[in-house]
Amino acid sequence: MPETIGFLRPRQAVLDRRREIIADLADLLPEGCLISDERGLKPFETDAFLAYRRLPLAVVLPETTEQVAAVLKYCSRYGIPVVPRGAGTSLSGGAIPQEDAIVVGLSKMSRILDVDLFNRTATVEAGVTNLNISEAVGADGFFYAPDPSSQLACTIGGNIGMNSGGAHCLKYGVTTNNLLGVKMVLFDGTVIELGGKALDAPGYDLLGLACGSEGQLGIVTEATVRLIAKPEGARPVLFGFASSEAAGSCVADIIGSGIIPVAIEFMDRPAIEICEAFAHAGYPLDVEALLIVEVEGSEAEMDAMLQGIIEIARRHGVVTIKESQSALEAALIWKGRKSAFGATGRVADYICMDGTVPLSQLSHVLRRTGEIVASYGLRVANVFHAGDGNMHPLILYDINDPADAARAEAAGNDILKLCVEAGGCLTGEHGVGIEKRDLMHHQYGKADLGQQMAVRAAFDPQWLLNPSKVFPLEGRPAA
Amino acid sequence: MIVHFEPASEEGIATVVRSAAAERVTLAIVGGGTRSGLGNPVRADRTLSTRRLSGIVTYNPAEMTMSALAGTPLAEIEAALAANGQMLSFEPMDHRPIFATTGEPTIGGVFAANVSGPRRYVAGAARDSLLGVRFVNGRGEAIKAGGRVMKNVTGLDLVKLMAGSYGTLGILTEVTFKVLPVPPAAATVVVPGLNDAEAAAVMAEAMAQPVEVSGAAHLPESVRGRFIDGALPGGAATVLRLEGLAASVEMRSEKLVAALSRFGPGSKLDSAETKTLWTEIRNVKPYADGTARPLWRVSAAPSAGHQLVAALRLQTGVDAFYDWQGGLVWLRMEAGAEAELVRRYVRALGGGHATLVRAEGGARAGIPAFEPQAPAVAQLSERVRAALDPAGIFNPGRLAAVA
Repeated sequence: MPETIGFLRPRQAVLDRRREIIADLADLLPEGCLISDERGLKPFETDAFLAYRRLPLAVVLPETTEQVAAVLKYCSRYGIPVVPRGAGTSLSGGAIPQEDAIVVGLSKMSRILDVDLFNRTATVEAGVTNLNISEAVGADGFFYAPDPSSQLACTIGGNIGMNSGGAHCLKYGVTTNNLLGVKMVLFDGTVIELGGKALDAPGYDLLGLACGSEGQLGIVTEATVRLIAKPEGARPVLFGFASSEAAGSCVADIIGSGIIPVAIEFMDRPAIEICEAFAHAGYPLDVEALLIVEVEGSEAEMDAMLQGIIEIARRHGVVTIKESQSALEAALIWKGRKSAFGATGRVADYICMDGTVPLSQLSHVLRRTGEIVASYGLRVANVFHAGDGNMHPLILYDINDPADAARAEAAGNDILKLCVEAGGCLTGEHGVGIEKRDLMHHQYGKADLGQQMAVRAAFDPQWLLNPSKVFPLEGRPAA
Repeated sequence: MIVHFEPASEEGIATVVRSAAAERVTLAIVGGGTRSGLGNPVRADRTLSTRRLSGIVTYNPAEMTMSALAGTPLAEIEAALAANGQMLSFEPMDHRPIFATTGEPTIGGVFAANVSGPRRYVAGAARDSLLGVRFVNGRGEAIKAGGRVMKNVTGLDLVKLMAGSYGTLGILTEVTFKVLPVPPAAATVVVPGLNDAEAAAVMAEAMAQPVEVSGAAHLPESVRGRFIDGALPGGAATVLRLEGLAASVEMRSEKLVAALSRFGPGSKLDSAETKTLWTEIRNVKPYADGTARPLWRVSAAPSAGHQLVAALRLQTGVDAFYDWQGGLVWLRMEAGAEAELVRRYVRALGGGHATLVRAEGGARAGIPAFEPQAPAVAQLSERVRAALDPAGIFNPGRLAAVA
């Protein structure tokens, strides 16, 4: 497809020194930690934002923080861009490299360093997967709360880079609310530690700033995260509605009533059909919209909470209510929801939007989204975290048809502008990456963006870390 | 002569700042002034107050968010929330009792100092509730960061950066924050007679139970009588708060008492007593003693808090009580501040931060109020500060490493 998003022009001086750089990196790293042949580089040329690809100059896979520091020190000395990478599951192109860049992959740093149940913390290397943390402490009755749908593959380092969310954030918050500390390598190889097991370090909240900075402020190599006691039980319940608007206003009323379930997920008819065909989760196929509402606690507590939710749903004309009757059914319900993107990928190519809107705007934005996509002659499936207004319209298109792809991208941009106009934001959990970089001026004024860029430059004055991402290429301060 | 600016608008503030930056005139930024004792003393040419920048801008209870101008009195905000059955989940501490200050705390001051209370340990700090800000930076530009939605990863999180920056990066003009429903019922389980180490173990065990404890504090014998008019049972009191629907609180407190039964018979406080107790814990009532005796606030790993106190007791006269499962230690020194000793033990016990909250003038001038940072972090922080306030005009000295 034709590329509408530009990358920084590769630095010729770096490309010219390719062989020398590879030889130097080989000296800095143990055997088996450097990839420089084209076949080996191929898997690193993109992430889950598949429309854009760039072969990097080399990939390094360090085994220690010291090795990451040595590579960054070297790269800053010679002005070589660096692109950090976890599992490469970014939906916004956050891990896509460029021709003059060294990819620093954290996949070999995958040890759990410390589980401290007394203080309810886990300290892990950046390449540990999100799910691994919960699995490591599950038998003791704890879990790590943020649960992006890619949690089987995505790494905690990537989660910190993107401040990832997930279905259960409504109650437990996103990554930044569950992150206690990091070890981070700065652009010049300096290693710093921020936060730790003691809460609320004085001084500027650099930990909060680093979380969600998309690999532009440094490379996180270790993280300390908060563990939470697992609830006694959890029960997802399906609520089917005859219209998306009814489901949307039901969500706003549930939250407005003061009941805060653990999760409220939304699917429209196309999404229900796609997910049901994939997961056989027992979703009703005769409704226009479906809410998955999960409550947790003891049986009696869940019953009490559900009673309140059911009353509200009835007021909004709910047509089907189905409670999961077993752990297996509950697992299937979540499997269907969490496989939504993958299942959609089986029936069509898609681009996934991630705008967040105030709950009062949910129904309006859903309706307008449908109209916008239809006006481009395309189809949309909606599957998202309704409880916090974080929408994920999947715009279906054919990646092999350039005109179709261009229409999908244009429709996506219109939807994101709509989200901003409705009082929301461009991205709730997937990050700006390259995807939404050129839309940033829709959300922020010139001074707002200038201030963010000045702070970024305080961390990386040469703009070497993930340089093509997040900020529009024009208007950057001179390095 | 100190000139006092009280602009009534964001633009008015920006105008003052632009001319101050041009003339390198430094500004002390104040809200209600009730927390001016926090941090190192500020030496500035002029004072700028946000007092006239007051009022709730938008409040939509169904969306659980509120926007307010920075100088809005906290009391006005809490009253508006209470009228709708909502609250600030992070329970901001009122510093007036320990500082013996008067006046009205402002919402801007709450976020500028990232002021939290007992529920912080499970529900997050003030910074976790802050969704968006407007502020005037050191160039006199009005900057917007974040927004009014719960999930937002669009660009760098300058919102977090502004929270807890004590007015040294910019002047907050408007804050947008998340609010939560007030739990319909609350109770406190009291386990009596534990020593500090036993209490730490009990609190850790309580937090590991699926009962959603929303407050875990230990009040040793020396302070116990100061709470709820002496109504707590004799000896030390380890207190665990549960909140939620009435029936659920009832069930969970029974479960918790059963789970902790080997530590002795637990008793229970009702909703009203619970409210009073945790407000008093939040406001550090035992040390609101009208004195300037040195008061430390130490944040450490919960397992380290009681060890710190035990180690200090061998060296000096100290009284202490614990919040946040034992990880927040309030230390009142009987004589000198003993900064070197306190900070050495905090480091030796795995790290944390000792903040000197109160001391008489001489000690306060000689001791950095905040835990000194590692050199690389301090240098980075200084570069960040310069990116927001290049002329260094805001609250000079407040966060200084060297007093």
